[in-house]
Amino acid sequence: MNGIRLVLTNFLSGLGRAQFFLLGVLSAIGPALLRPRIIVRQLYMIGVLSLVIIVISGMFIGMVLALQMANTLDRFGAEDAVGVIVALAVIRELGPVVTALLFAGRAGSALAAEIGLMRATDQLSAMEMMAVDPMRRVVAPRFIAGVISLPLLTAIFSVMAIGVAGGHLIAVDLLGGDTGTYWSQIHANVDLTDLRQCFIKSAVFGAVINWIAMYQGYHAPPTSEGVSTATTSTVVVSSLSILALDFVLTAFMFR
Amino acid sequence: MQSKALEILVGFFVCLGVAAVFVLTFRVASLDSYGGGDTYSVTAKFANIGGLKTGAAVTMAGVKIGRVRSIQIDPASFEAVVKIDIASSYDKIPEDSSAKILTAGLLGDQYIGLEPGGLDEYLADGSELMLTQGAIVLENLIGQFLSSQTGGEDDKLADAIGKLANSLEQQKAQP
Amino acid sequence: MTGHEQTPDLLVSVRDLRFGYGSRMIYDGVDVDIRRGKVTAIMGPSGTGKTTLLRIIGGQWRPTGGTVLFDGADVHQQNRKALYRMRQRMGMLFQNGALLTDLTVFDNVAYPLREHTKLAEALIRDIVLMKLEAVGLRGARDLYPEELSGGMSRRVALARAIALDPDMVMYDEPFTGQDPISMGVLMRLIRSLNTSLGITSVVVSHDVEEVLSIADYAYIVAGGKVLDHGTPDQIRGSESALVRQFLEGRPDGPVPFHYKAPPLEQDLMGDAR
Repeated sequence: MNGIRLVLTNFLSGLGRAQFFLLGVLSAIGPALLRPRIIVRQLYMIGVLSLVIIVISGMFIGMVLALQMANTLDRFGAEDAVGVIVALAVIRELGPVVTALLFAGRAGSALAAEIGLMRATDQLSAMEMMAVDPMRRVVAPRFIAGVISLPLLTAIFSVMAIGVAGGHLIAVDLLGGDTGTYWSQIHANVDLTDLRQCFIKSAVFGAVINWIAMYQGYHAPPTSEGVSTATTSTVVVSSLSILALDFVLTAFMFR
Repeated sequence: MQSKALEILVGFFVCLGVAAVFVLTFRVASLDSYGGGDTYSVTAKFANIGGLKTGAAVTMAGVKIGRVRSIQIDPASFEAVVKIDIASSYDKIPEDSSAKILTAGLLGDQYIGLEPGGLDEYLADGSELMLTQGAIVLENLIGQFLSSQTGGEDDKLADAIGKLANSLEQQKAQP
Repeated sequence: MTGHEQTPDLLVSVRDLRFGYGSRMIYDGVDVDIRRGKVTAIMGPSGTGKTTLLRIIGGQWRPTGGTVLFDGADVHQQNRKALYRMRQRMGMLFQNGALLTDLTVFDNVAYPLREHTKLAEALIRDIVLMKLEAVGLRGARDLYPEELSGGMSRRVALARAIALDPDMVMYDEPFTGQDPISMGVLMRLIRSLNTSLGITSVVVSHDVEEVLSIADYAYIVAGGKVLDHGTPDQIRGSESALVRQFLEGRPDGPVPFHYKAPPLEQDLMGDAR
């Protein structure tokens, strides 16, 4: 009974601290924007370094989707619809969600470890003692970079999956479909509302992943075990949050 | 302090991302279909709308000019009242134009096709399209076909189609 | 001894300081004075929260009771902006240096200058090179922190701590884990910064002989209280049993060798039950 109460109060206090942390991050965003060079550096760490995994996963997911769909749709003589299905699936769901999951594994864990180590080696305290607010110099720039990076990565992922090498490669080059039909079918069935929702989702995911990662790192116990736990729970918690949030956002936005 | 190479890479990344966003907006999504611009709305009553949904396209001569805003039931006549948003740029559509519910391909989505009439008065906000033709429902069609075939020799064919119609009817009733 | 005497000669005065985590009290009414231009040592056994004292003086942690005045102003009553201005007048040397690992030695030392001044880059370069020269590491300016030895990291951190010419530098366990040579280097540096630049120094340490040899005044803290204070000579001549045990490094005495536990026989019997 006592154990349950302890777990519950720990959970609630962690949740509360995370909200205060978020408030701190949000209020530090303004001052952080005055230092664009730090943000550029973080765009590199968070965005550019995630590019390879995003591009490759996008290609393969587009290819496998097209292959599966082509096999099934062929039976109904509707293989022209392959492009539409790949495009809608990628833009509405797979693009934002898979990119966010990969991002959580690649960039989120790295962020948590980085901030956790900075805490463990007193770098954050040293900044405070140098009269530099780590929220403004360390946390907020990473947060901003995450919110910018994830929608861009999602767009790149989607283009890879639908066009460049994914669905298009399978549907047109391998199965002998027609490029014109492929694109016109997509064009007729995907509209800007889908795209807008795709980007709203991925911006929200970017904010949530970075929030979780940096909260975990910032409040990690200053030991090697603490940092490794923070890294693991970043990936677990943010993956679950992405999937749950995806459901909620979809339910809200698609009426 | 930080190397030029890093800044170039970040610039490359942002360009790539923005280019991808552009590809998605112009190549993948259809810009014209989104009701971002000004529209005016007209209504049309149909006896049966089949599988028409809100957001479905409204076309004229195959060109998309608007979309379905809402679908309701007229409590008096039990007809479906469909509200349509048409882009304001198409403001010279004759008032006696007719609306049909059509299907894109055999299994495709249903949409509304407008056929222009000949009057010099034009549709405006709040007008009603008087000439309408509802959706063609596959089951009804098969039913009609069957009744016209009764007494014929190919009983087996009629039987088979009858079963098909039944199963379609049941499937429709299930969900 | 309570109340703050406003002697201009005190840079920091700590009065009746209380601090604890939960039920565990680290400090239970501690008074410490840091005189301007002097080296003040704070010594005590490990685990007595000496680092905590520095963090409280720096305003990073808030005490449960008591006050800390820095140059006459209460550290814990300042708003954020004033506190940050105050911190620019304090330097702190963390135990392992706490250098920012993604910056070079040069950029680490330049960091506070770039953050808090609008000096031209050429001027910053001159200042950084002078500070690095003072700690003897001008040649290491392009190295990254992971390429430095522990003693070198601390010297770079010291250069960084004095980059803004602070009134006071706080040294957290500067000698721990150092070989005799780098210990000697650090001792000479602390002393010479104090004499040549007049920087007030606070040294927290448990390396008794080293600290007493450079300090002007020393406090011995244990069990949440100040046990004794005075000049190094007075400390060396102290009568207190605990101070004697600490100075001479005897394993048992007022600070027991055994962590608090029930008598051994009782524990063993209890286990057999």
